[in-house]
Amino acid sequence: MAMAQSNELQTGVYKRALLAGLWEQNPTFRLLIGMCPPLAVTTAVKPALTMGLSVIFVLVCSNFVTSLMRNLLKPHLRIIMFTLNIATFVTICDLYLRAYLPRMSEILGAYVPLIIVNCIIIFRCEACASKCGLIVSVLDAIGMGLGFTIALCILATIRELLATGCIFDLRVMPRGFVPWLAMQMPVGAFVTLGLLLGLASVLTRKKRS
Amino acid sequence: MDRFYVLLMGFLSVVLVNNFVFTKFLGTCPYLGVSGRIDSAFGMGLAVTFVTALSGTLTWLVDYYILTQLGLEMTRYICYIVIIAGAVQLVEMYVRKFFPSLYDAFGIFLPLISTNCVILGVCLFINIWGIDNLLEVVVLSTGTGIGFAVAICIMAGIREELIMADVPAGFQGAPITLIAAGILTLAFMGFAGMIK
Repeated sequence: MAMAQSNELQTGVYKRALLAGLWEQNPTFRLLIGMCPPLAVTTAVKPALTMGLSVIFVLVCSNFVTSLMRNLLKPHLRIIMFTLNIATFVTICDLYLRAYLPRMSEILGAYVPLIIVNCIIIFRCEACASKCGLIVSVLDAIGMGLGFTIALCILATIRELLATGCIFDLRVMPRGFVPWLAMQMPVGAFVTLGLLLGLASVLTRKKRS
Repeated sequence: MDRFYVLLMGFLSVVLVNNFVFTKFLGTCPYLGVSGRIDSAFGMGLAVTFVTALSGTLTWLVDYYILTQLGLEMTRYICYIVIIAGAVQLVEMYVRKFFPSLYDAFGIFLPLISTNCVILGVCLFINIWGIDNLLEVVVLSTGTGIGFAVAICIMAGIREELIMADVPAGFQGAPITLIAAGILTLAFMGFAGMIK
């Protein structure tokens, strides 16, 4: 009886770890961390998706390793350990992209190595992986990464659709559609993200009241 | 004279035309997080300028004289991040010992900025631009820091006014700040194309 109950409790913990990143603690819409990539790589859906997948890879790997070494960490050295760990996986990711997706690697440019200083990853290492067990850490990383990727894709879809009339290079808008060039520029990034954040906060307000 | 002209143009380019915050979105986190009041924004800008100048130069030296010579480009990112963390630590200790008043002004920002994207961004972009001249590296990395300071101070000025504005309930805080930032980038686009 007690066994079954603890099993159920365990599943609940896993489920919560996985789902937290999707909406409740969505890094882009709710926590407002790691804001560079959502603004920089969302001119089209393809680079945004590549970026999201790279972040998932780095996040899962670094959470995995951090969780394994959590009992060995010295408090004053932990941040540098996290960073070195992240930098290693980012290097792997960058070399992979350069070898197999050279075109994407060119478009993303310096934003792939900049994943190292993306606050989401170091935040999850610090807040989750250095305290929790292996399975919870990995589930948490997957959830957070997915939440981040979904946010990137929503933003990229809006911007690509309005800037070129296409999604994934497929024509969607009717022939007479005049492209909004501003959406491809920095101003499009800031204003679209601002409006989406506003929408998110209006929605949560309505839910609460 | 020709040399001086190149340096001046490079400097103006990273401060105004290709400002890292407005065109490359680097350092957006502190740009939105710390820009609440002008004096703290100024402290942050100063600290970032200090560290970008130092770590941009140091990473270039290490990259040019050690990594490239030995064919170790693969470890570039790891080396960069260690150098940046070390530079931040060094600056912190030095400033605390010799300029206590400046240390108080920097406050909590110094340790925070080792994860600021602007700093790693400068090191990476100097590498991508393929600059092979120490003086240019120093000027460009200092200029980038100043560009960040300019951006964050302007934003702080706008946000101090925004407190007074009547913003719809859902848009208070981050959303309206982002929209204001968007309009600000529009203003800075007036410089676009003036210098390559």
